[in-house]
Amino acid sequence: MLSLVVRRLLSGVAVLACVTVLTFVLLYSSSGSVARNILGDQATPEAVAAKEAELGLDQALLPRLWSWVLDALQGSFGRSWFTYEDVVAALSSRLPITFAMVITAILLIAVVSTSLGMLAAVRRGWVDRVVQVFAVVGNAVPGFIIGIVLVLVFAIQLGWFPAISRITPGATPDVWVVSLTLPVLALVINGIGSAAQQIRSAFIKQLELDYVRTLRSRGISQREILFKHVLRSAAPAGLTVLSLQFISLLGGVVIIETLFAIPGMGSLAVSATTRSDLPLVMGVVVYTVVIVVIVNLVVDILNGWLNPKVRVS
Amino acid sequence: MTEVIAQQSATTAATRSTSWRRLLRNPMCAASLGILAFLVLVAVFAPLITSQDPGYADLSAVLVPPGGEHLLGTDSAGRDIFARLVYGTQVTLLSAALASVVATVCGVPLGLLAGYYGGRLDAVSSWGTNILLALPAMIVLLAVRSALGPSTWLAMVVFGVLLSPGYFRLTRTAVQSVRDELYVDAARVAGLSDARILTRHVFSVVRAPIIIQSAVVAGVAIAIQSALEFLGLGDPTTPTWGVMVNDGFRSIYRQPLNLLWPSVAIAVVVAVFMLLGNAVRDSLEDLETVKEKRTRPSRAARTTTRRAEAVEATRALEAGETQHLLEVRDLHVAYPQAGGGRKVVVDGVSLHVDRNEVLGIVGESGSGKSQTAFAILGLLPGNALITGGAITFDSEVLVADGEDRVREPRLAALRGRRIAYVPQEPMSNLDPAFTVGAQLVRPIVAMMGVPKSEARRRALDLLTQVGITDPQRTFDAYPHEISGGMAQRVLIAGAISCDPDLIIADEPTTALDVTVQAEVLDVLRELQERLGMGIVLVTHNFGVVADLCDRVAVMQTGRIVEQGPVRTILRSPSHPYTQMLLSSTLEGKTPMTPLLGAPTARPTTGVATVDSATTGTATKNGGAL
Repeated sequence: MLSLVVRRLLSGVAVLACVTVLTFVLLYSSSGSVARNILGDQATPEAVAAKEAELGLDQALLPRLWSWVLDALQGSFGRSWFTYEDVVAALSSRLPITFAMVITAILLIAVVSTSLGMLAAVRRGWVDRVVQVFAVVGNAVPGFIIGIVLVLVFAIQLGWFPAISRITPGATPDVWVVSLTLPVLALVINGIGSAAQQIRSAFIKQLELDYVRTLRSRGISQREILFKHVLRSAAPAGLTVLSLQFISLLGGVVIIETLFAIPGMGSLAVSATTRSDLPLVMGVVVYTVVIVVIVNLVVDILNGWLNPKVRVS
Repeated sequence: MTEVIAQQSATTAATRSTSWRRLLRNPMCAASLGILAFLVLVAVFAPLITSQDPGYADLSAVLVPPGGEHLLGTDSAGRDIFARLVYGTQVTLLSAALASVVATVCGVPLGLLAGYYGGRLDAVSSWGTNILLALPAMIVLLAVRSALGPSTWLAMVVFGVLLSPGYFRLTRTAVQSVRDELYVDAARVAGLSDARILTRHVFSVVRAPIIIQSAVVAGVAIAIQSALEFLGLGDPTTPTWGVMVNDGFRSIYRQPLNLLWPSVAIAVVVAVFMLLGNAVRDSLEDLETVKEKRTRPSRAARTTTRRAEAVEATRALEAGETQHLLEVRDLHVAYPQAGGGRKVVVDGVSLHVDRNEVLGIVGESGSGKSQTAFAILGLLPGNALITGGAITFDSEVLVADGEDRVREPRLAALRGRRIAYVPQEPMSNLDPAFTVGAQLVRPIVAMMGVPKSEARRRALDLLTQVGITDPQRTFDAYPHEISGGMAQRVLIAGAISCDPDLIIADEPTTALDVTVQAEVLDVLRELQERLGMGIVLVTHNFGVVADLCDRVAVMQTGRIVEQGPVRTILRSPSHPYTQMLLSSTLEGKTPMTPLLGAPTARPTTGVATVDSATTGTATKNGGAL
């Protein structure tokens, strides 16, 4: 078990290193006109050159990568080129909102799609068909269109929720709930159908196994078999489905935060991208990869713990 | 050999044409393809459809309502919405195609090579694709956009690369399974180069999954590209639907229809691609089930003489004892088929068992013996139907004449308590996630209502009874830590744990080594004699029958062709099928008495197992008889 954790941790660090280097090279090897963008068209060549020196753009790529890595290891990702805000501070102040959305969404997806998937696998019939239709629709309509429809219906037509987030620093919990209901709904609708469908297949596969029949022959009730045995053996597949859902939520949140003007990491990523604010973009990528690596690590550990072959050895 | 390959490609060509026809017959598929064809036409003939320039901004005619010169009005920069919608089709379809092509080109060849050659190439490429899968595509696209500026085509190339793992994986898996197939080996022996084998044999396998995957990827690509443009990160100079949604969203209060058209267009196109993928998958699956049905001959045509035999058997049974522990009368089990109709697997079986009696049910694979056993236990698969007959256990009716399912509440009260089951495959019949002990204790607690400590003591005692020398160690072990023979003993211990009156054993020794088989049979016999249970022993091995059974029923294609005391049947089988089975078992020698009496020559070791090959040849002999 310990060797599994260490192995996964090392592989996670390797992924982080690879992605960081690739992103850095991609971002900074083509950042020729950044100084002029910041200063505007009227800037003199001397001013541009001075700005480039200030941002370190006049140095070669590798030394810059090296100094970025050294800084990053000490917990500093530099400052935004436009707002001069510390990148780590900017991201850390926005992460709570994004996490609130993504974690609520993944919990909802987990609960609803597991229940639907189980029900569809056990009962088949109409529940099964509803899940199938839901999966197709959820896949077929892009997330931002679902978001727009939600805004049109529940914010503009019915006026039940605000169309634009009212979250400010120090906002009360009810403001959070009201502001995040539609965005979380928009995130969840896309995910539930396909997750339920995949969990359904995982369940059907487990239900057909021999030991389920043998347990029934011993007089164990269908309910106990389902919740104690089948749920447990289908859990690894379900966790994998949910971890993939989580990764796609990190992408979906970019769109939804912009749509609802939520001050989270996603909308920060979009504004940084539009302005080519490279230190911020770099920070967003590194934060995202770290989150993904942690989620995958947790899923691996949970799966290892569920599997006695791994746990016992 | 070239002939074989030519034949192969001829058959694939044939399946290809039938699957195309099948695709078009699927309404969902035909509709999706129709809409796609229409969109392609719109994209190609865009200049003929509208005379307006999609990029021309008329600042004097901003947000003009629909009608007149501008069919659908103008946007916030005074550009004609209809023209932008029409020209947007071009960018949308081309970008979807680009993403699919890039993903295919990156994923498929690598998957072919990794799957075919394996080794380090496989390890490295699998690791690489795992990294790609771990990244949220949106974040990568944002990074690319901030480095290289807005470009639809660049975004789609990158997106294609990000989606290539899907292609890589499906190709790799398909190739791995095909690699070891016989015909590929044959092709290799025939001297075909690896490249030719890959293209000829392997590509035909992955073609359909690639088409399905491409349809899905095209849909996802359009969705994400429009999302980027909606965020204002697209190329504002090209007329695309995503840019239009962005513009429409900003003037949502003044001209809400401007948002509607591009949103509907995106939703429709994405949905069409997704549904196309689904429909192709569905119709290919249909094709497979139909094939499966054809290979199994219809059993509707039955000869009247056979029917008469079954009736005769039933009457003979009914004329005998009336009170048996278990009595099955004229049982019929069938499965509904995909194309309508039913496949009959148990066809009028009548049998009975008493306490202290072992009944063997013998027959080749597919003769319906296991299905009969599961029907008695009420453990038939969910789609199985009991189409006739009755089952009674100790004068309780489990299935009455005319009911199509077992009376579950009544049987649930008996199952595990009075009727127990010993399965065929020991390893797959234990839940790998729980210890052996937990799986023994739980049913004892649930069935006998005793406290856990007592159940635990009983479980350890049972493990000793079935001949396990270190019961505590087995009790604490997980199923993967014990051997197959040990697992079968555990399952027998589980079956007898609540003092059942009847045990249904479904080929309890088939999956075991020959020496272990003998030991397990000893355990069963000893327990049966000591506890006085009735046993229904399903087997295809006459050795086991001779060793353990008092009476035997011989089954063929769902019917009992002969039943009676073991000695009678073994010495003088009256039905040709029994004679055939016996002669194949004993390799043509006439059965003799020592088979029953001699404990030194353990029949399981001395008698060959009736496998499908020997029964196959035996069928020929039987025909000659």
